[in-house]
Amino acid sequence: MNSFSPIRASSQENTVLMRERGEVVQQQSVASSSVKAGVELREATVRFAGDSGDGMQLAGTQLTTASAAAGNDVVTLPDFPAEIRAPRGTKAGVSGFQVHFAGRRIYTPGDKIDALVAMNPAALATNVGDLARGGLLIVDSNSFVKREWEKAGYAANPLDDPALSQFRIIPVEITELTRAAVKDLGLTTKEADRCRNFFAMGLVYWIFDRPLDPTLRFIAAKFGKRPAIAEANRRVLMAGYHYGETTEAVHQRYVVRPAELPPGTYRSLSGNQALAWGLMAASRLSNCDLVYAGYPITPASDILHELAMRWDYGVKTFQAEDEISAVAAAVGAAFGGKMGVTASSGPGISLKAEGLGLAVMLELPLIAVNVQRAGPSTGLPTKTEQADLLQALFGRHGECPLPVLAPQSPADNFEIAVEAWRIAVRYMTPVMILSDGYLANGAEPWRIRDLSEYQPIPVRHPDPDTQDFLPYRRDERLARPWAVPGTPNLMHRIGGLEKQVDTGTVSYDGANHQKMVQLRAQKVAGISKEYPPQPVIGPERGKVLFVSWGGTFGAVRSAVQELLETGYEVAHTHLRYLNPLPDDLGDILSRYERIVVPELNLGQLAVLLQAKYLRPVRSVSKVMGRPFNVEDLVEAGRQAVEED
Amino acid sequence: MSIDALLETPSLGPNDYASNQEVRWCPGCGDYAILAQMKKTLAGLGLPREKTVFVSGIGCSSRFPYYMNTYGVHGIHGRAPAIATGLKIARPDLSVWVITGDGDGLSIGTNHLIHAIRRNVDINIILFNNRIYGLTKGQYSPTTPLGHPTKSNPYGSLDNPLYALSLAVGCEATFVARGIDVHQKHLGMVLERAAAHKGASFVEIYQNCVVFYDGAWDYATDRDTKFETILELEHGKPLIFGKNRDKGIRFVGIEPQIVSLGNGVSESDLIIHNEKAEQPTLAYFLSRMHHPEFPEPIGVFRDVSRPTFDELMDARHRELVSKRGGPRDLDQLFHEGETWTVEDHQAAQPPE
Repeated sequence: MNSFSPIRASSQENTVLMRERGEVVQQQSVASSSVKAGVELREATVRFAGDSGDGMQLAGTQLTTASAAAGNDVVTLPDFPAEIRAPRGTKAGVSGFQVHFAGRRIYTPGDKIDALVAMNPAALATNVGDLARGGLLIVDSNSFVKREWEKAGYAANPLDDPALSQFRIIPVEITELTRAAVKDLGLTTKEADRCRNFFAMGLVYWIFDRPLDPTLRFIAAKFGKRPAIAEANRRVLMAGYHYGETTEAVHQRYVVRPAELPPGTYRSLSGNQALAWGLMAASRLSNCDLVYAGYPITPASDILHELAMRWDYGVKTFQAEDEISAVAAAVGAAFGGKMGVTASSGPGISLKAEGLGLAVMLELPLIAVNVQRAGPSTGLPTKTEQADLLQALFGRHGECPLPVLAPQSPADNFEIAVEAWRIAVRYMTPVMILSDGYLANGAEPWRIRDLSEYQPIPVRHPDPDTQDFLPYRRDERLARPWAVPGTPNLMHRIGGLEKQVDTGTVSYDGANHQKMVQLRAQKVAGISKEYPPQPVIGPERGKVLFVSWGGTFGAVRSAVQELLETGYEVAHTHLRYLNPLPDDLGDILSRYERIVVPELNLGQLAVLLQAKYLRPVRSVSKVMGRPFNVEDLVEAGRQAVEED
Repeated sequence: MSIDALLETPSLGPNDYASNQEVRWCPGCGDYAILAQMKKTLAGLGLPREKTVFVSGIGCSSRFPYYMNTYGVHGIHGRAPAIATGLKIARPDLSVWVITGDGDGLSIGTNHLIHAIRRNVDINIILFNNRIYGLTKGQYSPTTPLGHPTKSNPYGSLDNPLYALSLAVGCEATFVARGIDVHQKHLGMVLERAAAHKGASFVEIYQNCVVFYDGAWDYATDRDTKFETILELEHGKPLIFGKNRDKGIRFVGIEPQIVSLGNGVSESDLIIHNEKAEQPTLAYFLSRMHHPEFPEPIGVFRDVSRPTFDELMDARHRELVSKRGGPRDLDQLFHEGETWTVEDHQAAQPPE
C-alpha cells in the first residue's frame, strides 16, 4: 500500500497528536462522538512557512492576534530570509512565522511544532525537521509539482517520501481552491494567488478553533479602499475555514482554553513596538520630549517606523544619513534638553561607539538601543543572537562605562525603555538597551498599562538664578546638572576633552583625569543601589543555579519549571540589569554549587561572572540564529544536577 | 527662526562674547582674526548669548566654542553638523553655528556636511580652510594643492583637491559665501549675511596656518597682488576686479574670460552677479574660478530662500499635534486594534 496517499487521522493517532510529553490534557472519545469535536490541548505550536512573497508574516501575525483574542498566552517567532525576494520557490526564499499559544503562562515560541503549513516544497524542506512526530503537515498540493520540488532540491516528490509517514499529512489544493473562491471578482491570477495565505489561515483557524472576527476586521481595515481585494481575502479565509468544516480532509479539531493571566485589558504587542511605546510613555512620565534619530538597519528599523507614525503624540523622528549622524543628532538633542534616542543593530552600534563615548564624556542623558543580530559583520542579519554583551560593556575606547539593560521578553521592552529613561535622566548618562532579533520581532499579550501605575520621572533644568552654577558640580548620585541653552547666565561649553572636576573647563592634568575617570565609573557603579532585589525562583540555595539575561529568559524559565516539576532542584535568576550587575548577585551565586549560564553567544556573561565573582560557571552556548530549545536546557540542567 | 526674534536683549559689546578661557591657538594663527570678527558680528546683531550655540568637531578651528561666552559643544571629529542638526530639531529656537575645517568638514565629516546643507537645516556652517591638518601637525588635507609636499606626502600630494564651495553648491545649498581671515571688514559682512540667512549657510574662510602651511593664501592676502587675484562679489553688479577696477569677467560660451574694460568692452558685456538666481549654475561657475587662471570670488555667491528642515519639521509637528487639540493620549493608542479583557476572577467571588 502506498502509505503516502492522504493519510486520515485515526483515533490512535489522536492520542499521540501534538505533544508526546503528555500535554494532551483531555481526550475526548474520538471514535464515539463526532470526529470533529474539539480535543482540548494545554498548548499548541503552529508554523506557517512559504515563499517570502506568500504572506506568511501576515498569516502569523493574524494567528497571533486571533489566539490572543481567544484568551491564550501567546509567544511568537517570526523567521524571515535576508533577501526581500529571493528566487521564488528556493530554500533561500522561505519565510516562516511560528505561533505558540497556550491555556497557561508560556515563555517560549515552542521547540517542536505541532502543525506546519508548507506552501511549497522549499518550505517543507526547510521546516519539516522541526515538526513533532504525529504533527499536522498541511501542504498546498498544487505547488508540489516537479518544477517546484526540483527547485527545492528534491529528486522526487517529497510527499511520496516514506519518511513523512510519521506526520499527519493534509494535502489541500490551496492554489486551485483559492482561485475558485475569487473567480468572479475580476482579479488577475497573480492577485488571486496572493490570497492563498488566507486559505491556509482559515483552515488553521478551523482546526484550532480560533475566532475569525479579528482577522475579518483586519481585512476590512487594511483593504477597505480596494473592495475587490478585501472581498477576495474574506472569501478565501472563509473558504479555508469551511474546507475544514465540510470536507473529510481534517478529522479533528483542537481547543486551547484561555490562560489565566492577571486581570486587565490585553493586546498583542511586538518587541520593537513595545520599546517605542515605552519610550513614549517615559516621555510623558518625565514631561521631556523624545527626539529619535535612526538609520535603517534590520532588525531595528521597526522602532523608527513605529515612532515615525507617532508625531501626533509629540514624538520627533529623524532618519539620519548614517549611524554616526544618528547618535550625534541624539547627543545634540540631549544638549538641547530633550531625550535623544537612537537604535541600531551590531554593525551600526560599532559605528556609534565614538558618539557614545562623547555622550559618556558630556554626561548627557541618551538612550542607545542595540537590537542584536547574528554577527560579526553582516552575519545573519535577520537572525537573533546575544553576542554584543561585551561590546555594550567594553566596546568603546577609554574607561567608558554606561548602564546596560536588557528586556526579558518582547513586551518587557516597554518596561525596560521606561527604566532606561529614568536612569538616563537621574544619573545624566547614556544608557544602552540590549534587545535582540527575537525580542524585537516576537510578540506576546501585553496587559495595557496605565501611566498612573508608574512613578513620574522628574527632570530638572537649573534656572537662570542658580547660584554658583558649575556644569560638572555633582549631586548625591554624582550626576551633573542638565543646564540647557536658552537659560541666561548658565552659558557653558562642554566637549570631548577631559574636564576639570566641577568647573568642566578643559584640563590636561593627570591627577584630575584620574579623579574624573573614577567619578564617571563610580556614578555608573552606584546605579545598582536603586535596583529592586534580584529575583530568584526555585530553591533558595542548593546545587544548581541558572543565570540568564535578555531574550533567553523564556527558554530558561520554561526549562527550570520543567526541571522543578520533574524533581530536579534547580534555581533560576534572570538579569535585566547587565551594568552595573545587581549588588545582591554575588550573594545569590554563592548559595549554589554549580552555575549554568545559557547564552546565544560563546559565553560572554559567563566570562563576566567569572571575572567579577571568581566563580567557575558552565556556559551553555548556541549561535544558530535561533532561540534555545527548552529541551536542550532541560538536558543541561539534568546534567548539572546529576554530575559529580 | 528669524533673527529678529532674538534681537531683544540690551546691546552687548564684542568682549561680552568672550569666554574666560585663554585662547590657545599659535601666535599669528588666522583663527584669531575670525574669532574677533565673530564676536563683533554677534555683538552687532545683538544675538543673545544664551540663545546661541557653537558646535564643532575636532581640529584647531574646532576649539572655537571654548572661546565664546555662549553655549557650546566641542564634539567629535567631523560630526558637528550632525550634532547641530539634532540640536536644531530639538530646539528650533536657537541660533546654531558649526565651526569646522578642511579636514573635519571635507574629509572625515563630509557626509554630515553634505546632508546638513541639502536638508537646509537652519544653521551657519563656517569652514576654516587652511589647506592642511594643523592639530595633527601637518598632513595634507582634501584642499591641499596637488604636488604640495607635507609630512604625510613628502614628495608632494597626489590627491586631487576638492573645492568647498563647488561641493556646497552641488548639495543644493541655499547660502554660499567666501571670506578671508585678514579681510576683516569683508569677513564681518559675510558672517552677518550668513547669520541673517534662514537655512543652512555655508561659509568658507581662507585661513592661514602659520606653522604648517604659512602663506597658503598669500596670493589672496598680499597687499600688492590681492586686487588682481580676488574679485569681490556684489549682488546685481558686474564682475569687476583689479587695482584700478579695470578688468572684468565675461562669458565665452559657458567659460569665463578675463577682459580689460575699454577698447569697446564695457560693463554691460560683463557677467552680472545674481546671488538670488534660482538655478545654482552661476554660483557653481563662480566657485570654479581658481587662482592663478582667474581671480577668486569672495563674498556671497548664493542666497536663496527655501523652507528650512527644522521649520518644516516643527510645522508638521505642530500641525499633527494641534489637529487633535494637543498631543494625543497614549491610552488611546494602547487600546487601538484588537484588545480583550481578562476578568478578575477573585474579585468576582463573593467575600467570605
